[in-house]
Amino acid sequence: MNPLELTRARPGEPFTVTFDGRPVAALPGQTVAAALWAAGVTAWRSTRGAGRPRGVFCGIGVCFDCLVTVDGRPNQRACLVPVHPGDEIRTQEGTGQDDARPGEAGPARD
Amino acid sequence: MRDRGKRGRPVTEPPHLASAGEKQNRTGTGRPHLAVVGAGPAGLAGALAAAARGIRVTLVDAAGQAGGQFYRQPAPALGARRPQALHHQWRTWVRLRDGLDRHRTSGRITHRTDHHVWCVERDCASGRFRVHALLGPAQEEGGTVDADAVLLATGGYERVLPFPGWTLPGVVTAGGAQAMLKGGLVLPGRTAVVAGTGPLLLPVATGLAAAGARVAALVESAGPAALLRRAPALAAQPGKLAEGAGYAARLLRHGVPALVRHTVVAAHGTDRLEAVTVAALDRTGQIRPGGTRRVPCDTLAVGHGMLPHTDLAETLGCTLSGPAVRVDGEQRTDVPGVWAAGEATGVGGAALALAEGHIAGRSVAARLHGTVPDPGRWAAAARTRDRLRKFAAALDAVYAPPAGWAAGVTDDTVVCRCEEVTAGEVRVAAGPLGAGDLRTVKLLTRAGMGWCQGRMCAPAVAGLTGCPLTPGRRPFARPVPLGVLAALPDADGTGPDRNGPD
Repeated sequence: MNPLELTRARPGEPFTVTFDGRPVAALPGQTVAAALWAAGVTAWRSTRGAGRPRGVFCGIGVCFDCLVTVDGRPNQRACLVPVHPGDEIRTQEGTGQDDARPGEAGPARD
Repeated sequence: MRDRGKRGRPVTEPPHLASAGEKQNRTGTGRPHLAVVGAGPAGLAGALAAAARGIRVTLVDAAGQAGGQFYRQPAPALGARRPQALHHQWRTWVRLRDGLDRHRTSGRITHRTDHHVWCVERDCASGRFRVHALLGPAQEEGGTVDADAVLLATGGYERVLPFPGWTLPGVVTAGGAQAMLKGGLVLPGRTAVVAGTGPLLLPVATGLAAAGARVAALVESAGPAALLRRAPALAAQPGKLAEGAGYAARLLRHGVPALVRHTVVAAHGTDRLEAVTVAALDRTGQIRPGGTRRVPCDTLAVGHGMLPHTDLAETLGCTLSGPAVRVDGEQRTDVPGVWAAGEATGVGGAALALAEGHIAGRSVAARLHGTVPDPGRWAAAARTRDRLRKFAAALDAVYAPPAGWAAGVTDDTVVCRCEEVTAGEVRVAAGPLGAGDLRTVKLLTRAGMGWCQGRMCAPAVAGLTGCPLTPGRRPFARPVPLGVLAALPDADGTGPDRNGPD
């Protein structure tokens, strides 16, 4: 049994995204976090202090632990952001500002 | 770019009324307008009750679909034909969903999805409200909704107390595991331990097991004695007891071992979770020496109860009662025009939220029509509300975190997950440095200063230091891009808004 079978889901065609350069299959409607969990990935950020791995914690957009870089935009909450075909998902190192493409700094910090 | 002239508004219209929000909402019907923040059970019940009584309602919600956390729906593209397999009280949801659809079709309710509300502003002169939201998953642009009254149905979030290893990937909140399962149809791993305390753990354990995870243990720190002590209050709720018995039967069916009066004292692993240590508790909530065991798992779903979301109410100046928004019998806060319902007014579950939302919606309708409501009209809902509040209070007393939890948090355990502040640093702040409140601890250590603004660590810091758990008093309910703030009009109606993006 898996969640798709349990809910008798007929998802749309899977598509490919990349996580740190390697291809990962994703389903339409999933968030970035759901796609990564389904691929067996549970960590996609390293903290800016101790460089420790983090992934989903609260799962509802409150804790900001699941921040990730998508298409050069750091600080995206993976549990909220829908995944799109061709997304380049990268592990966010620290504040993620080194990953940012020009003009893609992501939401401002307080 | 905005061009006020084209919309034909009189130049003398107060700046509060002349806004992008007006363009979205004014339909020319002249009917009073309620903004409901949150589309969970409380917000939906309130919106339906008000809309049925001639109020124009805008339902503002962060999610892409109505339902809130309790009725969180899978994304339509996932094509789930039987989402109810992950839900309870599905018939109630169908009633709410169909009601919302009807009112949307007739134009009585406007549903604004993907609106992350960061502030609700009250104009003292007019008594009207402006709801400020960030739009879409990107949350880089702002939008507003103007209204005559506001119903705050902002729900709650989970309290998780720290323990060594709780920041390892694979450790998630119990509600988070459930949200990812209901919304994304995914599991965090293959072998899960569900732990902590509270009524949420049962549906999370049975949900994960039904969806194919092996649940190695359900670890509940409350003991049967605590349940028995509250037996009279709990027995007054036969429906709730039957619900509990149903979960127990499902646990048995899935072969989930339940360990009551036990707690997870540590999570182990290097870069991800590999096992947890579970310890037995004595009757006073202290760890029994020698009573520990190691349980291999790749997932720990952990939670210690819920806390209300009160930021928007606090910014509006609503008085709190403990951690929750204080309301009267009509679900009114002490700020004119502001109602609140559901977990925001005290955590008590979906059925209580429905009753409170219904009462709030009826009260709003009467008040906005300029009449005094007759509480006799909602007597049944009021009885349900009283009964379920008593039940929630009894549950709250049963499901308290173990008394000795703070002693088990080693000095090197990270307490503030955002700023990576350890328990040792927090203890130094409250001990030698003499901090006596959460704000001072934050200023000395940065605990609570990060992205989540202390929502995750405040209960832990309070418990470790003995400081009272006071409201966070956050001016904004979520991080707001500077560009959105810069585009707001000044109080006198001048400023960048005149030429800013719409």
